[in-house]
Amino acid sequence: MPPLPVPAAVPLTYYLILSAILFALGVAGFLFRKSLITVFMSIELMLNAVNLTFVAFSYQHKQVDGHLFTFFVMVVAAAEAAVGLAIILTVFKNRGTLAVDEIDSLKL
Amino acid sequence: MDAILFFLFAAIAVVSAINVVVQRHPISSALSLVGVMGSLAVLYLLLGAEFIAAAQMIVYAGAIMVLFVFVIMLLNAGAEKSPRKGWILTAVAMPLLVLFLGVVSYIIQRGFPDAPKVVFGQFTGGSPKDVGMALFTRYLLPFEITSVLILIAIIGAVVLARKEME
Amino acid sequence: MNVDLTSILGNFYVLTLIKLGLVAGVLLTALAYLQWIDSKVSARIQLRVGSTRVGPHGLLQPLADTIKLLTKEDLMPAHVNKFFYVLAPMIAVFFALSAIAVIPFGPKINVFGIETYMQLSDLNIGILFLLALSGMGVYGIALAGWSSNNKYALIGGLRSSAQMISYELPMALAIASPLLLAGSLSLREIAEAQSGFMLGFIPRWAIFQMPAPQLIAFVLFMIAGFAETNRVPFDLPEAENELVAGFHTEYSSMKFASFFMAEYANMVTICSIATLLFLGGWYPIVPSPVADYIPTLVHLAGGAILIFHGLQPARKWDKYTMPVFGIAFIVAGLVFLIPFLQPILLPLFWFISKVGILLFFFIWVRATLPRFRYDQLMRFAWAFMFPVSVVHLFVTAFLVALLK
Repeated sequence: MPPLPVPAAVPLTYYLILSAILFALGVAGFLFRKSLITVFMSIELMLNAVNLTFVAFSYQHKQVDGHLFTFFVMVVAAAEAAVGLAIILTVFKNRGTLAVDEIDSLKL
Repeated sequence: MDAILFFLFAAIAVVSAINVVVQRHPISSALSLVGVMGSLAVLYLLLGAEFIAAAQMIVYAGAIMVLFVFVIMLLNAGAEKSPRKGWILTAVAMPLLVLFLGVVSYIIQRGFPDAPKVVFGQFTGGSPKDVGMALFTRYLLPFEITSVLILIAIIGAVVLARKEME
Repeated sequence: MNVDLTSILGNFYVLTLIKLGLVAGVLLTALAYLQWIDSKVSARIQLRVGSTRVGPHGLLQPLADTIKLLTKEDLMPAHVNKFFYVLAPMIAVFFALSAIAVIPFGPKINVFGIETYMQLSDLNIGILFLLALSGMGVYGIALAGWSSNNKYALIGGLRSSAQMISYELPMALAIASPLLLAGSLSLREIAEAQSGFMLGFIPRWAIFQMPAPQLIAFVLFMIAGFAETNRVPFDLPEAENELVAGFHTEYSSMKFASFFMAEYANMVTICSIATLLFLGGWYPIVPSPVADYIPTLVHLAGGAILIFHGLQPARKWDKYTMPVFGIAFIVAGLVFLIPFLQPILLPLFWFISKVGILLFFFIWVRATLPRFRYDQLMRFAWAFMFPVSVVHLFVTAFLVALLK
């Protein structure tokens, strides 16, 4: 088969750039969205972008420590999601709304 | 082949991430986030991180996002009501975002002129055996601390979400 | 360039496509006929006969059902969320059928000079792939319940999803126990670690293997498997369909059929995992010289029984159809004696017979047991199965570390 004019593999910097794009989109969602749950999902998007960076650097140094960091980030994200969603449920129960603009005072 | 896979799944990831931020209804955002996690799992496989790819699908996409979807369905969180007040946002913020990402990409490319090419199969140290060996020898203390952290999270979630006994 | 037939067929992509075609064809036919076996066996246990009109002994009933479902009106109710309504059965079927990609049916075989494994893809994280697929299957049901815009469907869907998630944890721990004995996550290596015989005649299956026999893990896995596939006694979401509503109450012909195809595919996957992890995969139950003749004997016995029934027909057409089936079985039995087909057919026979016995067990339980109430079901998962599976994992790990 004749060789196709496509690069066979991409350099590692492309993965880092993808991670930066995802992180920036997460920050944009965090700042611009009005529903508490969507804000929380943007945080998870940011954590995923960071995981990609860790795994990419682990590939560069040919060591497994980056994977372990990713593992711990996943565990912490799971714990945070559990407690955070419980808090969101309580906020909804007490205030009746999930819009960030309307939850603006400590007193009910 | 690696390049085609990378570009395909990177495109899916970016489109799904834009969908997460742009969609009005939280369920669409949640499912787009599952799409992001799935394409990231494929990218982890390209980078040789097979255990992390499986853990991403099992833990993140299969448990955490299911929790999100449950809460959205239980709360019946409807679509967000009105679009944001200004067209200034889209006219100014989007080009600034694209410009910022362009600058960041340029800096990253300049900072790593000799970055290795990512070929599937070059890094074989991501198997479950290697991750397990490192986890239970070098990273034993963080492992035990995260188990305590999960216990705290379980107790916290149960306390917060139960009905109050008046 | 060497362009003869062997090099084309030995190319990885072509070979995988051929295997995929074979496996997909066999799997989809098997799913249709699994429904027939389900209905006939449930009928006989309940002292009735089941479908007999469409073809001899109702054998063409799946075909009639397929034609009916394809020609039925495909409703799209006005009040549903259209995108998710259409997406949910696709998700359910996609993740249920993808699981067949990592299941090995036999050892390495040599066909026309091409060496290949009887498996579509040998991932070295095979078990984690299957756990991930069962986790993703929850989305199909949750979305089906939610998109139907019907409070009963929503509650049914959420209950079913919560049940599947609750039982994933004891299932994963029950899977982890024989992994300690096998030492690998790849399904083929787990099955190959159960070859051979102890004391000359006891097969070295994981439920008999000596530092820690895995009987309790097998029972836990089968119970969790019943819950994962929404089968009786855990089929409250489906039973609500008969009583009030369930997660597929607003679904019509083809999408409804998709959910049931996904359920049967999940059943086949759970039984295949159980045979690979616990029952020794494709290895026979008695040592090799005797085991080579057992498939032939079983088929000849089946053929003889069918011919005997043909001579004393219970229904009018049995005089003609039963002897034909009997002769087909006898010919199949003789095919097992052909030497160059034996390395392929014998492991396949043992694998399929073990999966078949477990599927019969699923159907038997369906016809026999009453169903759990939802709170009993959840309490059973968290208060009984989860501690038992954790303790079993500890005991297995302790014994393996001590005695290996």
